Amino acid sequence: MVNPYYAKTDIGPPYFWDMLPEIIKNNYGKWLYHEHVKPGVLKHVGEAGELYTVRVGSPRLLSIDTLRWFADIADKYCDGHLRFTSRHNVEFLLTDPSKIDALIEEVEAAGWPVGGTGKSLKNLIHTQGWIHCHSAATDASGTVKAVMDDLYEYFKKDDLPAKLKISMACCLNMCGAVHCSDIAFVGVHRKIPRVQEGLANTCEIPNVVASCPTGAISPNPKEKSVIINEEKCMYCGNCFSVCPSLPIADPENDGIAVFVGGKVSNTRSGPAFSKLVIPFIPNEPPRWEKLVVAIRNLVEIWVKDAKKGERYGEWIERIGWEKFFEKANLPFTDKHIDDFIFSVPTFRTTTQFKFTNNK
Amino acid sequence: MTEKKRPLLDELKKGKWPSFVTEIEKSAAKKPSAEALLDLVERSYKENRVHWKHGGIVGVRGYGGGVIGRYCDLPEEFPHLAEFHTIRVNQPSGWFYTSDALRTLCNIWEKHGSGLTNMHGATGDAILLGTTTEHLQDCFNDLSDAGFDLGGSGSNLRTPSACVGPARCEYACFDTLDLCHHITNAYQDELHRPMWPYKFKIKISGCPNDCTASIARADLSIIGTWRDAIQVNQEAVKEYVDNGFDVKAVQRACPTKCISFDAEKKELNIDNENCTRCMHCINEMPKALRIGKEKGATILLGGKATIVQSAFLGWVIKPFIKLDKEDGYQELHDLLEKIWAWWDEHAKVRERIGELIYRKGMASFLKAVDLEPAPQMVKHPRENPYFFWYPEDFAAEKEVKEAGKQVAGTEVAE
Repeated sequence: MVNPYYAKTDIGPPYFWDMLPEIIKNNYGKWLYHEHVKPGVLKHVGEAGELYTVRVGSPRLLSIDTLRWFADIADKYCDGHLRFTSRHNVEFLLTDPSKIDALIEEVEAAGWPVGGTGKSLKNLIHTQGWIHCHSAATDASGTVKAVMDDLYEYFKKDDLPAKLKISMACCLNMCGAVHCSDIAFVGVHRKIPRVQEGLANTCEIPNVVASCPTGAISPNPKEKSVIINEEKCMYCGNCFSVCPSLPIADPENDGIAVFVGGKVSNTRSGPAFSKLVIPFIPNEPPRWEKLVVAIRNLVEIWVKDAKKGERYGEWIERIGWEKFFEKANLPFTDKHIDDFIFSVPTFRTTTQFKFTNNK
Repeated sequence: MTEKKRPLLDELKKGKWPSFVTEIEKSAAKKPSAEALLDLVERSYKENRVHWKHGGIVGVRGYGGGVIGRYCDLPEEFPHLAEFHTIRVNQPSGWFYTSDALRTLCNIWEKHGSGLTNMHGATGDAILLGTTTEHLQDCFNDLSDAGFDLGGSGSNLRTPSACVGPARCEYACFDTLDLCHHITNAYQDELHRPMWPYKFKIKISGCPNDCTASIARADLSIIGTWRDAIQVNQEAVKEYVDNGFDVKAVQRACPTKCISFDAEKKELNIDNENCTRCMHCINEMPKALRIGKEKGATILLGGKATIVQSAFLGWVIKPFIKLDKEDGYQELHDLLEKIWAWWDEHAKVRERIGELIYRKGMASFLKAVDLEPAPQMVKHPRENPYFFWYPEDFAAEKEVKEAGKQVAGTEVAE
């Protein structure tokens, strides 16, 4: 059937200015300073008056029923204005401070937590997982729900040593900057892809060969297929991204790796990558008990040991990675030593280091 | 909704954090596809594995991106999920909505899809999660009529995103929201029609706090900065001190130790020539310290996640750029278009700009896009003696010699 009507294309997104409340239009570019009123509540002061923000955590996956309810809340308390953040929070924008507590009471009574501002645990950013992705090595929404249930108290208060950003990606494609987070957990595979019959019918063999970062894939012209060198493959799944005939998902052996110490802001020490601390935690749906315990341990040793103002990686830089493994009571293995292309600068090239209880 | 037992997912309705299962159930009350999704995810939980296949080529007329094809690998058991495509809707700059705009999106998605969304996806789009091929065009027609457009997907410009900027932040060094809206509209063709070696992401942060995480995940990151002095309000400094605020802690954390503090006079001074604008002191004392007045941005290039060569943080390619609304951000446009032309010409399939520069060398990149080398681009100069000389270097040398002048690069301090 031919559709008789095609939409106007290339109109671009709605104009943000039309979405802004009056207080923001009047203070646009004229803000003077801000204050943390209490966990989850910000006060911004500008030449044209004050704006209060109430930040509400969300699981990112939202039904339109909930969005309509958010819209109703925005009508009731905020003259119909709200925004979302880059970490999946909803922010209600108020001009009348007397309405703040009533708003908080109403959203919290409905099960929506207020928090995540200042020196708190921020909302987790995460990917689609088993809800909607073909390459997920673990679920995203479920692992995040289990971890956030457990760390709920840290979202609700703002007296941590510094802000704490935890992120989740369900495979090494890492949709969403988990590689620069205070704590990151990532879905990983541990077995090589399984070459399917008829590969050449679905995939471009040169593309498949070129997709491999370690050169583990070579053409197999006789079979019109490819050969994977088991000794070179490190299970990144990039070949599966370009070729569906190389499935890598493996219920027995897939799981989660944990990295820590990254950040993106340029404050003090500058941006940094997260580093591997736990190479593998098995998938344990529905509540991922071992993951939850491991993340809580990582959070608590930092809360206990870090000086005021130290982000996770800054704390470790001060005490040294060898001390970190001791304090975290984590084994240090061959998996922790880089053997990919930029490995050499990560080796210790000085006799300055600390002895720890087991090494 | 039928009363079905899903013992594994039911476990994830417990606990204090809002549950995605509860959200899917809300949609399942009206939408069979959302109900089916619960069953499929329960099955994934039972089997420890994903049940989605690779995306297919689906879309709307006139576009090559904006829709992610998604198909369940058990279409006979889950006919409502045989097609369950994602639509990326380009968000308004800064993710601001009126309640009516949000309701409009909901109404369109109620008519055409599962009723499930992500607010928002990692790139910034509002994600409409789950519809059939048949609904795609009608859904887009309704979105377009309501003033919405699709975002990027595939090998194209991905939807640019920006921090809250001057709308609610005193740190904004330029108008992030206007720039984001401007760039998005200027490059609609690049955004909607994949024509490049791979994806290209632009993220815009108004200050070095980098609230869009651009340095980690944008091919081109635009981060606000200033060239002159941090503005100090000494009265407000006194107020901080009188309220028991520990100014010395701020001083200790300063990476360049350029803060001096006179405890008696309660006066704070900054050696601005040595300040690297890390934002720490301003973040800690926002009432007393303000960003400078000569504002602009630093441009960094190459940021990306691990696949394929390794994760890269964006690196400085232009220490300072003025971002003027009045001239339509012309300098930025010129730079962007040169970068795209060089990348498009030289990159292999699925090679991000950062990986291409790693392969071809920073020097040839800088030459190609007419950028002058500057010490701000590196942590330190080269440590090896393997550098290239080009015919044009010798030609220039000859010219200078003939004019009887010192050859650049051969000066030594007396």
